[in-house]
Amino acid sequence: MRSRRWSSPAEKRYNEAALNSEFLEFRGVSKSFGPIRAVADVSLGIKRGEFFSLLGPSGCGKTTMLRVAAGFEEPDVGRVLLDGRDITDLPPNRRKVNTIFQSYALFPHMTVRDNIGFGLAIAKRPKAEIRSEVDRMLELIRMAGEAGKKPDQLSGGQKQRVAVARALVNRPDVLLLDEPLAALDLKLRQKMLIELDLIHDQVGITFLYVTHDQAEAMSLSDRIAVMNGGRIEQVGAPAEIYESPRTSFVAAFIGDTNFLEGRVRDCLDRDYCRIAIAGLPEIVCFNDKVLEAGKPIFLSIRPEKIHISHDRPEESARRNLLPAVVEDVIYLGSNTKYWVRAGGYRIQVLRQHDRYFLDEKPLRWKDACWVWWHADDGFMLDHFRKDDEALLAVPPQSVGEPLNGK
Amino acid sequence: MRRRRTEWLASLPTLAWLSLFVVVPTLLVFVIAFRPSNPYGGIGAGWTLDTIRALATPSYLVIAWRTLWMSLLTTAICLLLALPAGYTIARAPVRWRNRLLLLVIVPFWTSFLVRVFAWRSLLHPEGPVKKALDALGLVGPDATLLYNPAAVVLVMVYTFLPFTILPIYAAAEKFDFRLVEAARDLGARPFQSFRKVFLPGIRRGVITAVLVVFIPALGSYIIPDLVGGPAGEMLGNKIAQRVFTDRDLPHASALSAVLVLAVLAPLIAVLVLQRKGKRSDIVMGEAP
Repeated sequence: MRSRRWSSPAEKRYNEAALNSEFLEFRGVSKSFGPIRAVADVSLGIKRGEFFSLLGPSGCGKTTMLRVAAGFEEPDVGRVLLDGRDITDLPPNRRKVNTIFQSYALFPHMTVRDNIGFGLAIAKRPKAEIRSEVDRMLELIRMAGEAGKKPDQLSGGQKQRVAVARALVNRPDVLLLDEPLAALDLKLRQKMLIELDLIHDQVGITFLYVTHDQAEAMSLSDRIAVMNGGRIEQVGAPAEIYESPRTSFVAAFIGDTNFLEGRVRDCLDRDYCRIAIAGLPEIVCFNDKVLEAGKPIFLSIRPEKIHISHDRPEESARRNLLPAVVEDVIYLGSNTKYWVRAGGYRIQVLRQHDRYFLDEKPLRWKDACWVWWHADDGFMLDHFRKDDEALLAVPPQSVGEPLNGK
Repeated sequence: MRRRRTEWLASLPTLAWLSLFVVVPTLLVFVIAFRPSNPYGGIGAGWTLDTIRALATPSYLVIAWRTLWMSLLTTAICLLLALPAGYTIARAPVRWRNRLLLLVIVPFWTSFLVRVFAWRSLLHPEGPVKKALDALGLVGPDATLLYNPAAVVLVMVYTFLPFTILPIYAAAEKFDFRLVEAARDLGARPFQSFRKVFLPGIRRGVITAVLVVFIPALGSYIIPDLVGGPAGEMLGNKIAQRVFTDRDLPHASALSAVLVLAVLAPLIAVLVLQRKGKRSDIVMGEAP
């Protein structure tokens, strides 16, 4: 999806130099609202030109971070730096950042043209310049025909594009986006998602994107910071965050996963160790944390990494094989979700149907089966919290069962 | 179609009430203005234009002009005070909002007449306000705070301020303050965002507030009667004098008719302007 723009070697060197320094920086930022600590001592650096997402559930502090960057909230402690300059005490109108609000906040009494030109008009730029700049933006968002309309005559997607244009026309250093797609329906959301990405590639401005939707964050971002309870749990590229989550929260919030709790029994060699798990056969796991025997460990295994079949597969080194019983089956066309019971665990398995599905003998409820995964595919967590298990989508076992055992 | 008929039926009692007790008496006033008076305080036979002609005397023009500027000034001061007040109340935390609104409404618990009399004793040459200002050296010992146009405007502002605050608060409360944030974000200073985004956003509330103050102010009678003195007389006082002192109903009716027209004029102007604004919106909206 990300198109590469051509750049000269000199430009490239400059870009690389710029990319290595923090452009928008939060240093030890904390912010409380009454007794609620919205952001707790967060430090974060965003590079120039980056598409950076703050991802987390509602109330995790991501919107507060954005509002601190925009200047709508003053941090209780900590500084905000933009391009090396401390902007913590600047009011919103004196910051070279612009915001796209979740509600778009288009001015209802102004036309599309006046909405887009608002920032330039406030800056007292010459009329002709405003006109040509607004025309350029209308061209970018392909809405030249709607210039005279009022916001309430526009569709949701059009409003969103006007909001983008109204912010970009001021050529901000950073564009702040506060859940800009949340108000749109699914189809439109997917379309606008790609449009946002195209716009980011065209203008090359740093984007700080706030969302609770992991799919949005994963598909758009260069890097993601996963937030929870006012703190950052992990920062990294989408694949890093998905494949090697540091905490149980990151593992459970982004995608589905299975948690296994055990203790390191012994190390097979430099890379692999054996883990004893109550009620299950021994598990082999890649020991990237270089743990010694006896250490407690939590594993996260993604459902799509686990295989399932009626028949016992061939033994192979570094393969963890468990006998199990099918408890739930949800057929989804391209894939099927299985929940199987193995020892005291309910394990979720996601099976992609890459062959003609009607030709095989299907796995049914209460069938005995085998599940297995490679030792490299279980990932050791740095930090585990019991509460995070509640984030996993586990089907109820009886009607009226409280959600996730709560 | 059916629903529309039900709505129409539901508004029928109100319509009947209004036409019976507002429209008919108003028309009667207009009719009486063209009848001669008789010496016994009643209405004579036949029709005449003399009463209307008699209004075009300098003394009336002075009073009409005074009524107009005092009402305009009252409206302007009320708006200036009510805008920040309405804004502040609308932005206050919810639990404070009701208390502040209560404070706005509290004066209504006392009779209007009593409150105007209270102002009379406050502004009286021996009253506390005068004495305090005198002691501070802000006014001379001979200055009078009472019985002048300023006193009338002061008490009118006091009386009408709650009526101005309420519609502005109602509009501000519905206003999406994220728009102000958006304006600030796009480079507007606080006052610029107030003027370019907040004021247009609560336009309807402001129009209501203006009408709610300006129209009753034009027809003021009790306030200028009690604190105005001869220098602060308004059209309403003249009408009362014609009725109670001169017992000249046609003359009073003619003055009332002028006042009714003066009230209707701004109302119609506002309506026409609003419709015009709406039409130009549509035209602009359809332009390519």
